[in-house]
Amino acid sequence: MSFISYLINGISLGSVYAIIALGYTMVYGIAKMLNFAHGDVIMIGAYVVMASITRAGLPPFAAILVSIVFCTVLGVVIETVAYRPLLNAASSLAVLITAIGVSYLLQNIALLIFGANTISFASVVSVPALVLAGGALTITGETIVTIICCIVIMTALMVFIKKSKAGQAMLAVSEDKGAAQLMGINVNGTIALTFAIGSALAAVAGVLLCSAYPTLTPYTGAMPGIKAFVAAVFGGIGSIPGALIGGILLGVIEIFGKAYISSQMADAIVFGVLIVILLVKPAGILGKNIQEKV
Amino acid sequence: MKLKKVLCIAMTAAVTAVSMAGCGSGGDQPAGTNEGADTAQEGESDGGSESDAAAGGTFKIGGIGPLTGGAAVYGIAVKNGAELAVKEINEAGGINGAQIEINYQDDEHDAEKAVNAYNTLKDWGAQAILGAVTSAPCVAVGSVSYEDNIFMLTPSGTAVDCVKYDNAFRVCFSDPMQGVESAKYIGEHGLATKVAAIYDSSDVYSTGIYQAFAEEAENQDFEVVAAEAFTSESKSDFSVQLQKAKDAGAELVFLPFYYSEAALVLNQAAGMDFKPVFFGCDGMDGILAVKGFDAALADNLIFLSPFTPTSPDETIQKFVGDYETAYGETPNQFAADAYDGIYAIKAAMEDGNVTPDMSPSDICEALKAAMVNITIDGVTAKNLTWEASGEPSKEPMVVKIANGDYAVVDDDDAAAGGAEAVNNTEAADTADAE
Repeated sequence: MSFISYLINGISLGSVYAIIALGYTMVYGIAKMLNFAHGDVIMIGAYVVMASITRAGLPPFAAILVSIVFCTVLGVVIETVAYRPLLNAASSLAVLITAIGVSYLLQNIALLIFGANTISFASVVSVPALVLAGGALTITGETIVTIICCIVIMTALMVFIKKSKAGQAMLAVSEDKGAAQLMGINVNGTIALTFAIGSALAAVAGVLLCSAYPTLTPYTGAMPGIKAFVAAVFGGIGSIPGALIGGILLGVIEIFGKAYISSQMADAIVFGVLIVILLVKPAGILGKNIQEKV
Repeated sequence: MKLKKVLCIAMTAAVTAVSMAGCGSGGDQPAGTNEGADTAQEGESDGGSESDAAAGGTFKIGGIGPLTGGAAVYGIAVKNGAELAVKEINEAGGINGAQIEINYQDDEHDAEKAVNAYNTLKDWGAQAILGAVTSAPCVAVGSVSYEDNIFMLTPSGTAVDCVKYDNAFRVCFSDPMQGVESAKYIGEHGLATKVAAIYDSSDVYSTGIYQAFAEEAENQDFEVVAAEAFTSESKSDFSVQLQKAKDAGAELVFLPFYYSEAALVLNQAAGMDFKPVFFGCDGMDGILAVKGFDAALADNLIFLSPFTPTSPDETIQKFVGDYETAYGETPNQFAADAYDGIYAIKAAMEDGNVTPDMSPSDICEALKAAMVNITIDGVTAKNLTWEASGEPSKEPMVVKIANGDYAVVDDDDAAAGGAEAVNNTEAADTADAE
């Protein structure tokens, strides 16, 4: 029975990684940049929810909406101010370093406003826990909601990209920016839209992360952000189903490693598996291996 | 092109200016020895508001701790506690008539930055150091301050190596002492027969306590059925560790780490309907201050702590009252450690007949000798004394959370959790034996 419990915990943790990984993978797919500030947008999203509930007295659902809107605007502002002027710069390193700078900026702003004290995040999920097998297996409401959210978001995103005009524009920009522009696609607008969607997802991920693991500090987003980045690479960066597979695999391997091998070695195992997979499939599980023309 | 050239020149100028400034402060360094001249000047610039400052000079105490970053809670508490003590001492006439001046530098809980902070303080002319607050920076500062022979008293550096050198002392318990005391307490009070431990394997503090705990556990009447670790990179999910503890049938779970993670552990344990006794160390202090934390989850949580703000003791109540008036929050153990630390430095300076015009190295020698003679009736312990090794000698206090508040556990009514003074633990021990 504990095996099933570990498996469900792993899928739940993996679902959070997957939602965060989506933000990385979409931005990388389209703008060919690593948005290292993504994890910190998650943290900001969680703080906004916390502040709207405790300070403005909003109901949880309204608070989540406020947070999604706030993060969407934040994402677009970061893209316009910090990344867009550098996207065409000679070195792609410049925008990577800017992203790290934005990450520290967000952390320190949160530190200034909310302080370094840990805040216990009151779960916004009101789904009751599911008790199975006479009490031997308890699935928390947060776990159920996280997994369902992950599936819904993935499906909606895939449909959006396949069926909508804006989604097709994203695909076109990711394949060839120059050609897309010649075909009359607003490249800057499309990139901004990508950041908006990625940041809105970050707000959702923030709420889920902090509901399942209810502590909030200005550094809350940093480590899940990095793990999710690994998940995105694992699944094949740029690929949306890849983010889902990468995230869930990472979560399950992490929990199983902790449970059956060694709780001290959990991270070493996760990253060991990553190295092996990348050696076998350098582009990740679902990544396309495209030969670049020289 | 032109713009680039201008920029280039400007940058060169800036770099030169910075390096010159560097030289300037380097040149100032030996001035630390002309302490008399320095302090006389300061006395004048103070406008003569403190008449005895001009007469007795000023002691310069440097403080090092994290004022920003993840461990800022501890550093700020230490800074506040130390400043409160300094203010009291200065108002009461200082140390043998000399006022104290404290300069507090940020180390961001980083060993390298702590050494930089130490160098800044040395240049400033610090004659004793109160710090560092956290273990890793403290170990780093310990070795450089030993080379310079500057006295160092850490309020809260618990790692063994914090007081490795003879110039360093500490106010708090060391990690192994806490582990041993915890195991003894659990064993002697029959709290459980099956114990699980969860610890942070990436943290010296947590690992140090756990190892000593595991060693002492062999001498006690309980069995450690599960020992699970986590690291600072994966400290959001404890479901696996708790599941293993639950499967092993643990009646008590030992949590030797800080309250922020502990709040999460308690929350997740409640989520999986696992209700053992939870037992922590001094890092657990502050768990009720976590914003939004459901205090009911912490009910019956027991931890060893050197300081409890709710203790009815008069000295503690005065300290808590003054601290709350000054900073608007209840002091934690770190503030108390720092408060006692400043008073310990004061007592040692008086005992060693130290004067402000002595060099930091001479002061260090005098303080080292004096530390073993002094006894402090502080807020973290009654009859607090020190050994030459740098370790304090004091009784640990046991705190149990009941009805959303901390309560000091008296040995003879551990179950009731009565909030009585604990300075009669010996009497209680004999009562237990009967």
